[in-house]
Amino acid sequence: MTNIQSMTGQTQASPTEELANISRGRGQRPKPAWRLMLPTPTPWLITGLILIGSIIIFGAVGPLLVGDPAAISNTGLSGPSADHWLGTTQTGQDVLAQLAHATRGSLQIGFLVGVLATLLSAFFGIYGAYIGGFADEAFSLLSNVFLVIPGLPLVIVISGFVPRESRGLWTIAVVLALTSWAASARVLRAQTLSVRNRDYVAASRVSGERAWRVIAVEILPNLLPVLASQFVFAVIAAILGEAGLSFLGLGASSSSTLGTMLFYAQNGFALPLGAWWWFLPPGLMIALFGMGLSLINFSIDEIINPKLKNARLVRKRARQAARIQKKAVTS
Amino acid sequence: MNYVIRKLGFYAAALWAALTLNFIIPRLLPGNPVDILLAKLQQRGGSITEETRKSYAILLGGDDTQPILAQYWTYLVNIFQGDLGVSISYFPAKVTDVIGASMPWTVILVGVSTVIAALLGIVLGALVGWKPGTWLDSLVPATTLLAAVPYFWLALVLVYILSRGLGLFPGQGGYNVVLDPGFNGPFILSAIEHAILPALTIVIASLGGWLLGMRNMMVSTLSEDYVLTARAKGLPDRWILRNYAARNAVLPSVAGFAISLGFVVSGSVVTEQVFSYPGIGSRLLAAVTNNDYALMQGVFLYITIAVLAANLLVDLLYSLVDPRTRARG
Repeated sequence: MTNIQSMTGQTQASPTEELANISRGRGQRPKPAWRLMLPTPTPWLITGLILIGSIIIFGAVGPLLVGDPAAISNTGLSGPSADHWLGTTQTGQDVLAQLAHATRGSLQIGFLVGVLATLLSAFFGIYGAYIGGFADEAFSLLSNVFLVIPGLPLVIVISGFVPRESRGLWTIAVVLALTSWAASARVLRAQTLSVRNRDYVAASRVSGERAWRVIAVEILPNLLPVLASQFVFAVIAAILGEAGLSFLGLGASSSSTLGTMLFYAQNGFALPLGAWWWFLPPGLMIALFGMGLSLINFSIDEIINPKLKNARLVRKRARQAARIQKKAVTS
Repeated sequence: MNYVIRKLGFYAAALWAALTLNFIIPRLLPGNPVDILLAKLQQRGGSITEETRKSYAILLGGDDTQPILAQYWTYLVNIFQGDLGVSISYFPAKVTDVIGASMPWTVILVGVSTVIAALLGIVLGALVGWKPGTWLDSLVPATTLLAAVPYFWLALVLVYILSRGLGLFPGQGGYNVVLDPGFNGPFILSAIEHAILPALTIVIASLGGWLLGMRNMMVSTLSEDYVLTARAKGLPDRWILRNYAARNAVLPSVAGFAISLGFVVSGSVVTEQVFSYPGIGSRLLAAVTNNDYALMQGVFLYITIAVLAANLLVDLLYSLVDPRTRARG
């Protein structure tokens, strides 16, 4: 009893001091301001970056290394082997080759829609909120209306009316972008409204800067993290939306994406025949890409909402303290 | 009261926008339903005269000899009289009848699974956010994976494992076709059994979004001063979790219901197709493949109205949950 008491009494000063030393060490090197705009490298962020990086490299370089995805051979529906790492389809096409081309197609459309949707939401969200008045009301009403109208049914109806021949990559991209910009426009509007009334923006307006310059130079930098996060969401939504459309046979004609791959796998009875190697990879690819983007988004969220970051830092310090305490008690 | 009126006004505007979109889309896009149908008729060896063309145009409700505003007016009048035209693929059934028969399936399936996913996601999110840094937190990356899984892919994998592999649930259709549809025990049981896999798909795929949103809000709410005060007062943890943190953290999730519901409805359309579920999503896709334009537009209209109604309900509930909206309005 006494023994233990004396020990804790002895060590109490040293862990506190040690912790203080760590904090002091942290305080000595203040980070430059631009560093705050960049995400802190957390394990999640690194996992996300590795996932996204490898999938993008696979989509960009993969098609050059694999053979012709449409080449037919006699080894139909064979499982993974040395010749065909991911097996073959019903007509003996190499699944890995198809996967590489399909990944490239899906990434292309995801990126395209992401850019288009972000531009639309930036226009309606930022510009509307900046000029205010009637335009703001109208834009805000428009984005709220688009928000509540269900996207995919609308896209299906539109695709139903467009004949198959004229349903190209751009048509699908524009339709997907038109149905997916509303949510981020609303977020951007709320952010812009809070930035718009800050003094430096007012100063810039008073000194006679043109509207586009005030938006681009004074307001936009504050919205960059939000824009990035909305862009990431738009890319995920676009890849998922396109996959759904293609799976239903309503996607862009003559394109090869992960959705069309799943469409062919489903129509070739891949799962009933037990050909998991044909069916699982495209879906997993979409899910992993989405996961990678979400993990990156966590770090962007921490920039937008510093409370999330503070919570993490507090946790980290608490863990450090616990570790030192434990070390002190055991030694 | 003001809040309610404003919301009603907004949803009336949204409804009008949806009706107008529904009117404009066929007239704006390159494909002409009459031409497509006539081409089909011609392929089957039918002869096409000017009269055939005109009668087809009138059948589809798109008599394009009238000025566009007159067409628009007739369209609106027809809709408010509940006349959406005649379905070609279920000829001579009226579009409203076809939709009326399939609507309950979707409303029950999507409604129940959305409520389950939302409640489960919010409770789990509150727990994960309450104790960040524990093993629960390592669930978060897994949920992002689930949130990004395509609905139809998940549905097919579930069918493969649970239906074909283990034989637990039926993987096709909405009820056992041997049974008589109606309010009798065996039919309802069979309908529930058939709904488990589609519902499971929707719950798994939409759970992640709710969980993440709730967790993030929970983490920010916990750093608020009133939570610190509550702790300082020595209130029990469960009490703080329920009455101080979770109550405030749940608000953005409720306010963001519209976005979540949009995703679920989109996903359920494809999911129904996978399960050949007799709901409205399968009808929509059947209408698209059969060039049944009246049914297609009718289904879109019904889905939109259902989504608008659900959002209106949530918005009105929101004013009950968050008194600030009432005070401000």
